Amino acid sequence: MDVNLRKSIILEHYQNPLNKGLTNDDSYIKINMNSKTCIDNLDFEFKINHGIIEDIKFDGEACAISTSSSSIMSDLLKGKSIKQAKQIIKNYENMINELPYDKDLLGEANCYDEIYKQPNRKKCALLPYEGIKDVIDKLEGVKNDKK
Amino acid sequence: MNFNKDFKILSSGITYLDNCATTLKPSVVIDEINDYYTNYCANAHRGDYDLSRKVDEKISETREKVAYFINAKDSKEIIFTSGATESLNIIIKGFFGNYLKDGDEILTTKAEHASLILPWFEVAKTTNSKIKYIDLNPDLTVTLDNVKKAISKKTKVISLAHITNVIGDVRPIKEIIKYAHENNILVVIDAAQSVPHEKIDVTFLDVDFLAFSAHKMLGPTGVGVLYGKTKYLNDLKPLITGGGMNAFFDSLMNVEYKDIPEKLEPGTPNVSGIIGFSKAIDYLNALGMENVHKYEVDLKKYMISRLSKLKNVVIYNKDIPNGIITFNVNGVFAQDVAAYLNKKGICVRVGSHCAKILSEVLGVKNTCRASLYFYNTKEDVDKLVDALDNDNILYDSL
Ligand SMILES: Cc1ncc(COP(=O)(O)O)c(C=O)c1O
Repeated sequence: MDVNLRKSIILEHYQNPLNKGLTNDDSYIKINMNSKTCIDNLDFEFKINHGIIEDIKFDGEACAISTSSSSIMSDLLKGKSIKQAKQIIKNYENMINELPYDKDLLGEANCYDEIYKQPNRKKCALLPYEGIKDVIDKLEGVKNDKK
Repeated sequence: MNFNKDFKILSSGITYLDNCATTLKPSVVIDEINDYYTNYCANAHRGDYDLSRKVDEKISETREKVAYFINAKDSKEIIFTSGATESLNIIIKGFFGNYLKDGDEILTTKAEHASLILPWFEVAKTTNSKIKYIDLNPDLTVTLDNVKKAISKKTKVISLAHITNVIGDVRPIKEIIKYAHENNILVVIDAAQSVPHEKIDVTFLDVDFLAFSAHKMLGPTGVGVLYGKTKYLNDLKPLITGGGMNAFFDSLMNVEYKDIPEKLEPGTPNVSGIIGFSKAIDYLNALGMENVHKYEVDLKKYMISRLSKLKNVVIYNKDIPNGIITFNVNGVFAQDVAAYLNKKGICVRVGSHCAKILSEVLGVKNTCRASLYFYNTKEDVDKLVDALDNDNILYDSL
């Protein structure tokens, strides 16, 4: 991706983030992502019904990379099934970690395709994805327990 | 003076401004460690042969040097630990865990490092004592008056940093200690940020316990010092027991510990680290701690004179005389500032600097911190200030 385009996508999502602000609605699953290695501190809410991610909200104090990444992720995963989401997350992680990935799945999230050049920011770009992965793991754990 | 010869990293193009976190190591320290591993690698306390005797001698020589460096009355009052964190834990849990009673009060502040405050939290729980916070002034400094106001009949101990690692304010510990002792209160000082930067005299201060780390003063990581007055160290219950610290034991569980310092140094010590630390002290002695301090204060003045001209930068500790500059760039999250500076090879620390409850007072959670040492130069400062003199820091951080 062109460097100026990349920067302008990140800045746009940092300065005017989508889905920012919590609902505090009980039908959402809540998770706090307090980065252990830096100072980012974000809260997420996910509304998941019948295997579909119906809504994503987030709020908190964080750097430009993790804020924009949360905004882009919320837009990218909203309306997707858990199965589709898992595929997107896997491809996103591969992009961050310089492994083969399908860029057609990632939309604006392609703007982090060179974040590996700043290794200490990789964790910022991954932070929101860690959050939703935890939530999905827990949901699927519960399902497996019931079986 | 040019230090590039002694500190190789300085010639690599990196501008290292995170000396509160750890300092660089001069080659004499590295060579000394290498020499031990290469030429006389043996364990301590096993002086049955020459190599091992040499190790014992080197360790006790270092102990003497440290005692002299902080003017302790007796080298047995110097206990080697793994760092300031361990020193504070041993003091707080090993001594005060047995000293404090139900309802006693511990005085500290909201600007302390986690390594001091968290052990106190634990001991407050186990002894049923209470933690009280000394009021900070609006500029976050501590005054004797505020200490006096916070003291009650139940206060048994005051514990705080001599110099904090966030804004670097210097507490009037001499006066605090004197007043505390007049009221039968003991004092534990976290000197992690003061011993490396100015002359500390524990006898003049009359401090009861004091802790610091070797790696913040040119020494290796994994070595720290616990200073305590003999009478208190004798009462301190070892948190860890084992080899090297016992004088006798039998199958009926009769155990006798050695005297200090061995009693508080269980297991094989960090031999290479302690030996390397000895050279760090030699290095600082050759420079003179007064000169180190004066140089840092002057360099900070220079930095402030330039930095305060920048409209986009807020400085939180302009007037505090040391080498710590805490700041933010308007409208840019501290992490992004650091990422931007990192791109230019400038190392600064961001965050709450391990003093998480300070944000309750400071009003901002996260700051950038540049911390200087004697090997930093005006060119380093210029590099930082020139980098910050930019209206597009956020954009350029990406
Ligand atoms: C004021 C203060 N106290 C304690 C410590 C802990 O030192 P260490 O991590 O070497 O044990 C530090 C280090 O950052 C410090 O700045």
